[in-house]
Amino acid sequence: MLSKIILIVVLFAITLGIAAYLTLVERKVAAWLQDRIGPDRAGPWGILQPLADAGKMFFKEDFIPTNADKWLFILGPGIAMFTALLTGSVIPWGPDLELFGTKIPLQVADVNIGILFIMGIVSIGVYGIMIGGWASNNKYSLYGAIRASSQMISYELAMGISVITIVMMTGSLSIRDIVDQQHGFWQDGWFSWNVFKQPLAFLIFLVTALAECNRAPFDLPECESELIGGYHTEYGSMKLGFYLFAEYVNMFISSAVISALFFGGYNFPGMDAFSGNTLAILGTLVFFGKTFFFIFVFMWIRWTLPRFRYDQLMHLGWKKLIPISMINLLVTGVVIALTSGWFTKSPKSIETVPAAKKEVVREPKQLSMYNAKHEQ
Amino acid sequence: MLLATLFESGVDIKHYMILATALFVIGVFGVLYRKNAIILLMCIELMLNAVNLLLVAFSTYFGQADGQLFVFFIMVVAAAEATVGLSILVLVYRNLRTTDIRLFNKLKN
Amino acid sequence: MIFWLLGGLTIGTALMVVLSKHPVRSVLFLVLTFFMITANYVLMNAQFIAIVNIIVYAGAIMVLFLFVLMLLNLNKTNEPKGSILMTFGAVIAAGGLLTVLVAAIRDAVLAPTMIDANSENAGLVENLGELLFTKYVLPFEVSSILFIAAMVGAVLLAKRDKQTQE
Repeated sequence: MLSKIILIVVLFAITLGIAAYLTLVERKVAAWLQDRIGPDRAGPWGILQPLADAGKMFFKEDFIPTNADKWLFILGPGIAMFTALLTGSVIPWGPDLELFGTKIPLQVADVNIGILFIMGIVSIGVYGIMIGGWASNNKYSLYGAIRASSQMISYELAMGISVITIVMMTGSLSIRDIVDQQHGFWQDGWFSWNVFKQPLAFLIFLVTALAECNRAPFDLPECESELIGGYHTEYGSMKLGFYLFAEYVNMFISSAVISALFFGGYNFPGMDAFSGNTLAILGTLVFFGKTFFFIFVFMWIRWTLPRFRYDQLMHLGWKKLIPISMINLLVTGVVIALTSGWFTKSPKSIETVPAAKKEVVREPKQLSMYNAKHEQ
Repeated sequence: MLLATLFESGVDIKHYMILATALFVIGVFGVLYRKNAIILLMCIELMLNAVNLLLVAFSTYFGQADGQLFVFFIMVVAAAEATVGLSILVLVYRNLRTTDIRLFNKLKN
Repeated sequence: MIFWLLGGLTIGTALMVVLSKHPVRSVLFLVLTFFMITANYVLMNAQFIAIVNIIVYAGAIMVLFLFVLMLLNLNKTNEPKGSILMTFGAVIAAGGLLTVLVAAIRDAVLAPTMIDANSENAGLVENLGELLFTKYVLPFEVSSILFIAAMVGAVLLAKRDKQTQE
């Protein structure tokens, strides 16, 4: 019980600290991509810049517009931050740690329905934006909020379907089981990480995670705040700070989920040589390394690609990503059925879920043939 | 939480039946009292959820999963019905410019 | 103990749904009610139904309601007022229903509980999936047809007439 509380506090502190420094890293990466130096006044290499930004946000006047619904106005950023932080509780941050004779799993809650929990919390995150837009009592921020939320719910579907293919291959919804199935790097004649078994699902998940974070080429709600008015026009000081901060926390958690689902989480090649606490520490460091790599990829995409127009965005979500992910699901299902012998054996001699877990490694060869055909 | 301890720790199935009935009756009261068509549809969803709660309670009480599966189908039907109901409402709003259900009899003649 | 707290909160938020004057607050209270019902499901170890409740009801259907409400741009001053006679009628009808149902429940004789060692797993995804694809596969396939009908109906009904624009 005490270990859980300490774990929660440490996780909270790390998440907030990383999100704070991501604001600085974003500006530095943007500067590097644009061939200039980023902020470097607030300390050596701008290390104290996030503190300066936080101080600025605190000192600004915190007002509520007239005729705006006071409780809903305060609730909006609260929901955004709450859902962003809550997803971090089901991600396995490392293998079990062995301290003072007890095994401490580095995961706050290993629920049986881990992945669905994340999908559910992402669905709730839409409310933060909608309530913020509505409570501002401003026509333009309402339209911005409606566009943002319809973008988020459109891309949730494709995200869910691509997650289903991973779950079908693993046979369990718990994220810890999905990560444990990707043990090591080379297993039974093929790579064990899910990205090599399901490259299409990885691409779809990456694109939809970008859309869910309202980031990169899908940041129409954000850029609207520079043009007419987005859902955070009427917000100032710490409430705006919460919205922006929640976006960075979302980005961090999305990268963590991508690296846990597709890139093997805390597994790394050659991990069988270590054991016990060394393995736990190394695994956790490797996990954070993968997460930071994906954060860098998110930022790289943002400063390279131009934005989507709203109808292009909707067209991509509904007419392209959903059919592609469904075809992927169908092919995965057929391949799993063929390798478990559904069409040749009699029903009594087929085990349902355990067989799918064991014979998972056969498919990748056929999947890569499918992908080669698909590229033509 | 172990099921046995839930039903041994003083929570009887009758308590769940009364809770679900209370939710259902609140939904019925909402349907009769509110005049806004959207809130009406929402009270219908509340009634459906009360039934869901009762089904899950019974499926837990008897240790079988059939009740939970039926909840799944009820959710499917509720989603479909909410969608179609709201689109009809949007159409009526375009013609009448109001969502007050007492004015819906203007469709006559 | 938790049950009493949760039960009280559920009924409280449901009452606020019906009694709140502001439509947007009504919707948010309904979302809160769904969260309370999900907590009840978790209490009974019906994990899959709990999370599907959040994803489908609180995360999708309520967002749809909120969309329509915001696009119709309703606020408190437009809320239609009911006559006092209708209010009394509604209270009496609902109260009568509640009394009759609770009286019927109190006198009911129920079969004894049939919980054994396996029944704790009755809410997990694997068991639900097995049942769904063996015993209830026909309703499952028919519900997909229902969904297509609902989708086509909703899109068709909400389209603007092309003739008025030409």
